[in-house]
Amino acid sequence: MTTTTSDKAVVIRPDLAVVGRAEQRVDARPLVSGAPVYAAEFEMPNMLYGRILHSPHAHANILNIDASKALALPGVHAVLTWRDVPRVRHTTAGQPYPELSPYDMYLLDKRVRYVGDWVAFVAAETPALAEEALGLIEVTYEVLPAVFDPLEAMKDGAPQIHEPDTHHPNYGTHNGEIYDATHNIVGHEDLERGDVDAAMAEAEVIVEGEYRVQRVSHCALEPHICVAYLDGYERLNVVSSTQVPYHTRRQLAEAMALPISKIRIIKPRVGGGFGSKQEMLLEPVAGALALATRQPVRVEYSRAEEMSAGRFRHPMLIRLRTGLKRDGTILAFDMHAIGNTGAYGTHGFTVTRAAGHKTLCLYRAKAYRFKADVVYTNTPIAGAFRGYGAPQGFFALESNIDECAHALGLDPVEFRKQNHVQKGDYDPIDTETIDDIVIHHRRFNSCGLRECVERGAAAFGWGTPLKRVEGHIRRGRGVATAMQGSGVAGFELGGASIKMNEDGSFNVMTGATDIGQGSDTILAQIAAEALGVGLDKILMHGSDTDISVFDYGSYASSTTYISGKGVQLAALEVKRQILVVAADLLNTPADQLDIHDSVIWAANGDGPAGTPGLQTLVAPATVPGNDPAGSAGLQTLVAPASLPGKAPTKLTLADIAIETLYGNHRQQIMGKGDFSIKDSPAPFYAQFAEVEVDTETGQVRVTRMVNALDLGRAINPTLASGQVEGAVTMALGYALSEEIKLDEVGRVRNPGFVDYKVFSTLDMPQMTTILVEDPEPTGPFGAKSAGEVPINGPAPAIANAIYDALGVRIRDLPITPEKILAALDKKPY
Amino acid sequence: MPEHTDIEMRLTVNGRAQHWRVQPGETLLEALHHHNFKGTKLVCGTGDCCACGVMLNGESVNACCMLAAQAEGAEVLTVEGLARGAKLHPIQEAFAQAGAAQCGFCTPGLIMRTYALLQEQPDPTEAEVRAALGGNICRCTGYVKPVEAALRAAKMMQQASE
Repeated sequence: MTTTTSDKAVVIRPDLAVVGRAEQRVDARPLVSGAPVYAAEFEMPNMLYGRILHSPHAHANILNIDASKALALPGVHAVLTWRDVPRVRHTTAGQPYPELSPYDMYLLDKRVRYVGDWVAFVAAETPALAEEALGLIEVTYEVLPAVFDPLEAMKDGAPQIHEPDTHHPNYGTHNGEIYDATHNIVGHEDLERGDVDAAMAEAEVIVEGEYRVQRVSHCALEPHICVAYLDGYERLNVVSSTQVPYHTRRQLAEAMALPISKIRIIKPRVGGGFGSKQEMLLEPVAGALALATRQPVRVEYSRAEEMSAGRFRHPMLIRLRTGLKRDGTILAFDMHAIGNTGAYGTHGFTVTRAAGHKTLCLYRAKAYRFKADVVYTNTPIAGAFRGYGAPQGFFALESNIDECAHALGLDPVEFRKQNHVQKGDYDPIDTETIDDIVIHHRRFNSCGLRECVERGAAAFGWGTPLKRVEGHIRRGRGVATAMQGSGVAGFELGGASIKMNEDGSFNVMTGATDIGQGSDTILAQIAAEALGVGLDKILMHGSDTDISVFDYGSYASSTTYISGKGVQLAALEVKRQILVVAADLLNTPADQLDIHDSVIWAANGDGPAGTPGLQTLVAPATVPGNDPAGSAGLQTLVAPASLPGKAPTKLTLADIAIETLYGNHRQQIMGKGDFSIKDSPAPFYAQFAEVEVDTETGQVRVTRMVNALDLGRAINPTLASGQVEGAVTMALGYALSEEIKLDEVGRVRNPGFVDYKVFSTLDMPQMTTILVEDPEPTGPFGAKSAGEVPINGPAPAIANAIYDALGVRIRDLPITPEKILAALDKKPY
Repeated sequence: MPEHTDIEMRLTVNGRAQHWRVQPGETLLEALHHHNFKGTKLVCGTGDCCACGVMLNGESVNACCMLAAQAEGAEVLTVEGLARGAKLHPIQEAFAQAGAAQCGFCTPGLIMRTYALLQEQPDPTEAEVRAALGGNICRCTGYVKPVEAALRAAKMMQQASE
């Protein structure tokens, strides 16, 4: 039986009191005790239940809808069809305005474009009644020819799925709107850095491959769910399980033709997102039904709806050519990705672009070409999914890199070390050339990739003997490396406001969205560290568009880095305000004061190394009438006399709070901080995997994995290793077992956990996680991101290990027993 | 609309006597939710993820896959019934300490399966924990910390009983 270990040997810096420690989650107790903290448990008087009628056809015009029988059913309050809702073209992709996503959706349309597309909404007094009403709606369809394969969809004469996108704010710029509606091409890119043809001509070896990745489901345990109601001011409030409250507020206003001021989005605890909730989905359904009925309405997707009419990872076909010199130098990459966005564009263009942009920059080369085509088909809608195009791109790149190493007779680890980027390098892809001057947007100021590879290889035992053959079992080992960003360079804004309470506690009101990854805890640790207080003094408030500062939301690995830096800046502003008051009370310049464990200290530069001068206690007394001569101002303190048991020699934050709320320095101490940057520091990652392949059944068992992540600094090592372990497990399914399959008419064949295999405890390998810390100078306490990058590693590492075991290369995910057996038949032992 | 006759039933949930009227087709999970026992989660509705795990007369069951009426006269224990006031059950404490809850939506099911295991086997091996939790789907943690938590809980409960 396997054992599982996590490497928690992260160095705790002596000058950090809260950051770097494995603190318990701030929401741990409610989560383990079944407290009603999710949208599903949000109840209102007279609440109705909304349901959606889905299209049975992959492509059809709606000729008529007769809802009279459904409306006649007692307890049914509303049936909405395309005639009853605002007709505004919009996008649901949770991105900043203007979205790089086509405005190709109506809330309800006269045409349906995939099996599962929305036809009508129902609100009724019980879920069962709503379900019954759906069956009574009579729809007459004119079925249209459908196309399911992206290569077919791009051909002349293929069924055209959308009209040109003239409503897009960027219309005419090829920057977000539909690129070529006639050929179903949502977006296109043709990028070249350096001269690829010249570099390829110089190459002594060219390694070429075609890689296919499949459609998979997020399987967040909590489905999409929201409750919409009109509040006491007649504003539309939506309690929603979302990653992007602010983008949703804007898009909901657009789709419903309401002013933004009429909408409030409240995010409760969220039961997982992984990108599926970086999208407006059910909010306009609940909103439209709530407006139509003037009653609160809850809408919740079933598991089957999640897995047929939710969002999915983009299937892609990626062709990659790599030009090499025999000494192992990489000269050029030439990648072409064809992404299948399904029936609507949403994140299609940005995800497919990311398959090249987020990946090729891992290696130094003379030249890079990346071409992308994103294509509509009459299939379920692809969207954002943890990794955002990088898992697709890295499966191609890291499989191909392995093929390069074998073609050159080099060790795959050494070959990677010879070519990967180094600290101080510029991102070779994220550049633009203006007047022959190359402008770099992104520099790798921190890079622990070498350490990830070396420590990972050592922990894994790369190069040590392996019993490769045992009966019909073959064993092999594989490696892959990866990187990601921390936020979208130049497209982020996030932070918090912080308010001091009279007991020296602080409300941190953040727009960042904790969706289960633990960002409330991370942000609380950052706030506590920056303020100089314990974690118990920080009171987190989750995202609420009426209360929290604007934040782009939880996606693109942005929260710790972007919102975390914003929280740090807010805390520093609050600390500045506190020290101004303290300075006045103590008659000491504010720049000579500091806060440690909620007590004001004098900053003393003589402290030992690593402790920034927190030695000298200043306040000789804080009790009125009890203060020594020369401590002018202390008389003004009101509270200390009423605080029994208080040491008379400490000036605490509670004293400052009392002084500011009731004493002579009356004010509300409060500050905000927000952060935006053109950079996006890369976390780096090395993945090692060992597999056993049964050559008789084709079954692959992953026996061991080592995961090594450079995250700059682990704000909380337990939460960080939890991110790695979860991402790796999700990617094990991507590598070996998960695929949403469609039948010949475009229906999902496996919309449930019976026929869609997610890894369980019994399938798990032994796993070791190593956290590498190369501090990022721009990040909060040196942190960059952690949550996405590990999902890029397992699929190529496992494919490479299977090659090592069998000598056959599988370039098509998931690597099922059928594919293994087929590959073995082609190349029998 | 077919006419339904409500079914009257009595049971105890977390030690409290209940008198319910349920529909013939209503699942135990739906009935628990209707009666404000909302800690048990609906995730798949088909018995394939164990997020809805509860104890029924001392046996671990999936509440989404049985009719409420089948619980007539039964003693049901849900995740809300484990803590004693503000004091968490050791299994809950272990899950909190180990960082075993990320989004928390599968956590009630994992905790109840762990409870069932530790009733039968107070000192399980890691293999026994993995086997016991084999039907519980978690999409956040990779199971590493939930398995650690279950083993930690076993130790905590043994120490408490010594």
